Amino acid sequence: MGKDFIQKSLKDSLLTGIIALALFGPIVGLRTVAKNEVLVVEPKWFIVLLIVALCAVGRFFINIYSYKKEQRRGEASSLGKIIANFLDEKGAQIAIAAIAFSIIFPFMPFADRYWMDIAIMMLTYIMLGWGLNIVIGLAGLLDLGYVAFYAVGAYSYALFAIHFGWSFWVCLPIAGLFAGMFGILLGFPVLRLRGDYLAIVTLAFGEMIRILLLNWYELTKGPDGLTGIPRPSFFGLPFKRYPDEGVETFHTFFGLEYDPMQRIIFLYYLILVLALITNAFTIKIRRLPVGRAWEALREDEIACKSLGVNPRNTKLTAFAIGAMFGGFAGSFFATRQAFISPESFTFIESAIIVAIVVLGGMGSQTGVVLSTIFLIGLIEVFRDFESYRMVAFGGAMVLIMIFRPRGILAKRKPTITMGK
Amino acid sequence: MEYFLQQLINGVTLGSVYGLIAIGYTMVYGIIGMINFAHGDIFMVGAFVALISFILFALTGISLPIVLILVLLIAMVFTACYGWTVEKLAYKPLRKSFRLAPLISALGMSIVLQNYVQAAQGARIKTLQPVIQGGFNFFKESEFVVTLSYLQIFIVLVTIVLMAVFTLLITRTALGRAQRACEQDRTMTALMGINVDRTISTTFIIGSSLASVAGVMFVMYYGVIDFYIGFLAGIKAFTAAVLGGIGSIPGAMLGGLLIGLIETFWSGYISIEYKDIAAFTTLVVVLIFFPTGFLGKPDIEKV
Repeated sequence: MGKDFIQKSLKDSLLTGIIALALFGPIVGLRTVAKNEVLVVEPKWFIVLLIVALCAVGRFFINIYSYKKEQRRGEASSLGKIIANFLDEKGAQIAIAAIAFSIIFPFMPFADRYWMDIAIMMLTYIMLGWGLNIVIGLAGLLDLGYVAFYAVGAYSYALFAIHFGWSFWVCLPIAGLFAGMFGILLGFPVLRLRGDYLAIVTLAFGEMIRILLLNWYELTKGPDGLTGIPRPSFFGLPFKRYPDEGVETFHTFFGLEYDPMQRIIFLYYLILVLALITNAFTIKIRRLPVGRAWEALREDEIACKSLGVNPRNTKLTAFAIGAMFGGFAGSFFATRQAFISPESFTFIESAIIVAIVVLGGMGSQTGVVLSTIFLIGLIEVFRDFESYRMVAFGGAMVLIMIFRPRGILAKRKPTITMGK
Repeated sequence: MEYFLQQLINGVTLGSVYGLIAIGYTMVYGIIGMINFAHGDIFMVGAFVALISFILFALTGISLPIVLILVLLIAMVFTACYGWTVEKLAYKPLRKSFRLAPLISALGMSIVLQNYVQAAQGARIKTLQPVIQGGFNFFKESEFVVTLSYLQIFIVLVTIVLMAVFTLLITRTALGRAQRACEQDRTMTALMGINVDRTISTTFIIGSSLASVAGVMFVMYYGVIDFYIGFLAGIKAFTAAVLGGIGSIPGAMLGGLLIGLIETFWSGYISIEYKDIAAFTTLVVVLIFFPTGFLGKPDIEKV
């Protein structure tokens, strides 16, 4: 390491420090606070100096690190590749082990209410990720408004269940159907647009549905949300401590002590089954003609057109099926929360689901699981630092894109191969 | 008639703000072909820098015109730093990557900026006392008095001046030539001895400083901002860019004016709750039926 190299990196880190000062000086250093209805500025120079110093020192070490790396180029092997190879070889066994683990998970000694809630949340995101993977991963359509279908599913489930008193198992397919219909309705005009235009239009649709839910007070109760959504029952047996007269409940039927965890465990299995159905469906449909057409369309639209694949109909099926699974997940969400409001269906939810799919490695079902565990875990770890956790989340998105632009599991096995 | 005139004035003012943001979208899209999702949040940072400097200058008692110029300059410089850094950190490493990577990275950057400002400045809305007050009143004897405030005149004037300056910059200077060359063929431009990386950085700096001017105007016009304003303003400005024809700078301004007018007339005559729906609907309709916009070049698909 030469002397002028050190000199150069010192100069570089000084520059970094100056830029960091310009970046963080006004926004972090001068915090505006309201005092007696008037905004005043509260200086926080210590934090700024700390951040600036960190940036400068960090830059210096990055310089040295990348210098050393350049000296011994070629021997670097990436973690992602190792994971991908490992999963490739032992894929089936790992999948079985993972499913087995998730089946016995609720009976693990450490699986208390907190862990169960996280597990249910993760499974919901995994299911959404798998549903969106059909649209983004297989058909290659970047959909930034997926949460709209989640919302349609949740609201149609809630409205049917509240107004008609239909049970979960009746409302679930209806909600999925509604969401799928919305998928066709929204997809029909926009699917011929190119990648990034499509992304913006779907984003706009997602926001439009949220604004509609917010303002259509007669139907959706607007920002107040819908309350009193019926809880799911175990094939007709409700989970209640004090049931209505003459109604048998889950714990009396099986002769158990009442425990609120019973309902949680049931919800856990419910979402597990729903997610696994989504996965099984995707794996199957990839091998069918329509699934192959999706993947072909993703790779080369012009070639597909000239071979007689109808791009619009093919894309529309992907969009509608993805939307349907989003609707299923939405009705699960509604029944689990027993309360929904437009608050839960903001753009950030769409962004999280897209991040899960893309960061996992588009089209990879295992990747969705890995990135859900990573991203939702990240959000959970930073739970106590409310707004920093989304900073960490966004930062992780950028970093993964820079270091592994094709996602964590970038290596993709072709669905069909010639011969062999 | 009076009501219509008032809406027209308001719409043109709002349109100026959208137009200035839209230029950033259009320039970045023209030069590297990506939608800079974080651009709306850059605008939001600009508004915050402006808010902070207005509060600080209020303590010093400098006269108003100097404060205005200083605030504009400060906001432009500091916000340009953000634009430059975002490009360096999140987009430059991905320039040769596959299509969706920069879009996702931009999405991540947008989340980072929003939540970073929320963490640093607090989640509550910030109110600024009116900086420029007063204006002209017309039709004083009729029922509805039309007001053209000094602030609105200021906003439109600054926009026109900036537009003129930047149009000259793009059409007449070496920098503008380099930018237009990069738009057409980046490899060839590099072979001609033009520093492509620097040209792209400059594009981001120009786009961000224009967005920050929009931020200054936004905070003066509405007087209320929070960390979330960038999202909606960003989508509307993007709509403006597409409407005017993406890649075209006069188009962005034209599109901005149209979006501003559509939004004000919609909230004036149809429904104020659904005013954002107006912008979104315009976006969808334009993209489906009219994807090249008014002044854009048609997109030819090559095999």
